[in-house]
Amino acid sequence: MAKTYQRPQALSEEHTHYCPGCTHGVIHRLIAEVIDELGIRGRTVGIAPVGCAVLAYNYFTFDFQEAAHGRAPAMATGIKRVRPDLIVFTYQGDGDLASIGMGEIIHAANRGEKFTTIFVNNAVYGMTGGQMAPTTMPNQRTTTSPLGRDVGQCGMPIKMAELLSSLMTPGYITRQTVIRPKYIVKAKKAIRAAFTYQMENRCFSFVELVSTCPTNWGMTPLEAVKWAEEVMLPYYRLGDFKTPV
Amino acid sequence: MRRNGGKALSQKVLMKGNEAIGEAAIRAGCLNYFAYPITPQSEIAEYLSRRMPEVGGVFLQGESEVAVSYMMFGAAACGARIFTTSSSPGISLMSEGISYIAGAQCPAVFVNIMRGGPGLGGILPSQADYFQATKGGGHGDYRLLVMAPASVQEAVEMVMQAFPLAEKYRNPVMILGDGLIGQMMEPVQFPDHLKTEPSNKDDWATNGMDTRKSTKRNLVKTLYLDPDALNQHNLTLKAKYDRMKQQEVRYRPYNLDSEYRVLIVSYGTMSRVCRTAIDNLKEEGFEAGMIRPQTLFPFPEKAIDEAASKPSCKRVFSIEMSMGQMVEDVERSVRGKRPVLFYGKCGGEVPTPEEIMDVVRSGNHSA
Repeated sequence: MAKTYQRPQALSEEHTHYCPGCTHGVIHRLIAEVIDELGIRGRTVGIAPVGCAVLAYNYFTFDFQEAAHGRAPAMATGIKRVRPDLIVFTYQGDGDLASIGMGEIIHAANRGEKFTTIFVNNAVYGMTGGQMAPTTMPNQRTTTSPLGRDVGQCGMPIKMAELLSSLMTPGYITRQTVIRPKYIVKAKKAIRAAFTYQMENRCFSFVELVSTCPTNWGMTPLEAVKWAEEVMLPYYRLGDFKTPV
Repeated sequence: MRRNGGKALSQKVLMKGNEAIGEAAIRAGCLNYFAYPITPQSEIAEYLSRRMPEVGGVFLQGESEVAVSYMMFGAAACGARIFTTSSSPGISLMSEGISYIAGAQCPAVFVNIMRGGPGLGGILPSQADYFQATKGGGHGDYRLLVMAPASVQEAVEMVMQAFPLAEKYRNPVMILGDGLIGQMMEPVQFPDHLKTEPSNKDDWATNGMDTRKSTKRNLVKTLYLDPDALNQHNLTLKAKYDRMKQQEVRYRPYNLDSEYRVLIVSYGTMSRVCRTAIDNLKEEGFEAGMIRPQTLFPFPEKAIDEAASKPSCKRVFSIEMSMGQMVEDVERSVRGKRPVLFYGKCGGEVPTPEEIMDVVRSGNHSA
């Protein structure tokens, strides 16, 4: 009998350290499937962020670098400039990318660096213990906004996909989610498109993925999915914001 | 002078320090340069923005010194020979990345054309980043191999030596020059192009498994959550720095054959003024000797200790364009055998030979 489903070669056999209900595992698998399908494992370099996914390199089977907080796009720039033949992606959370790494991501996108960013937006700092992020929703309680995010003090959540789409340099900017199977299929298509654009040396590509963090949201995995759908998705609209001409 | 012609540069040419430093990197086989403009070294970026395209190299102006240090990290981690240049406030911003590069054991070459500080300070020559360069700068237990040129010619030679050293130790090397080294024009003769390539990079570099025809993936990282593993990692780094101390100490003696009464320790531009002062004092019948460290880390402790121990030597002076930084290493080297005094100035005004003659003769000092 033929195997119809198996572990992608790009994914290692390590058990992940992620919490129950966390979406990192799904996203890792999608990336690994795409890398296998495109046959690029031998020339791919991933860049892990600071945050829960700092250990992402344990779960993949190709070359990896580990960045400092927010600096992954600068590292990816360095690699692509000296080795344009390598396929490079950064894997970043919302604290990493939208707060401390805002400068690096905007300038890399604006230069049109030919790498791919997978941006996991779960509206909270994960590994440091659930602090408020630039993407935290209005009134959302976190360990540093115990009364809920006060938009009068902290402003409104930053919509990274929209912000990057305002740049004039061509790029592929999309927002998807992995909170239900019907969305996962689309998310994989987007990840595949992002890597394909890079392989064609066409543009910077950015896939934002609305995700859940049951642990730091103080919810069960099912409640978290419901909250993401009801609170995050109306604000973080899904779809393509920019596609290369 | 033809700036860009390889032929013209094989002879002695008159060249500004900053441009010569840029050319030296190309001759060292470094075709990747990331940088952010800052006075007094922006001419290096301007020069290389013209030169790199001519030699098929990479020139990229980053959005900040922070970003540049990570462009360096990413590129170094895939085995490329890389280079950046900056000046004091910019080096502070790069220090975060330098800590990561040192922790991840990647080769990289940084040039600091020092200006006065703290903060924005000024744009004139200074040696006030000695502590930053030799004692850390960024966080964690790491060291840079630090070389201090005293002329444009020496800056060129040190830049060309820096790349093989960075690769030998898989560690960042810093060329610590002051604004004068960058800004002045001097005759310079370029050595032949460097032929060496990093030999062992396939063992560690994230250059793609296909590139090295391997099924084993490489990982470049600095996180060690296990205390034993982190301790072991730091011991590995320390062993490397100890090897540097044994193998890479460089210095130049001056007038040490004489029966000198004062031993001067001085580096970079400051040491040239001291040399003039020593020559003038000799004509007056006052003998002073000098050790000029060419490497600031590792520091020529033994040579200074020996020179200070000469019976004729009554005291030791550390003369710097700072408020007294290297003097701590000089004290450490002399180990109390002789009084160690300090003379220095900050702000960009270089002490004159007459000032140095006065303090050396009288033993007066400002520290």
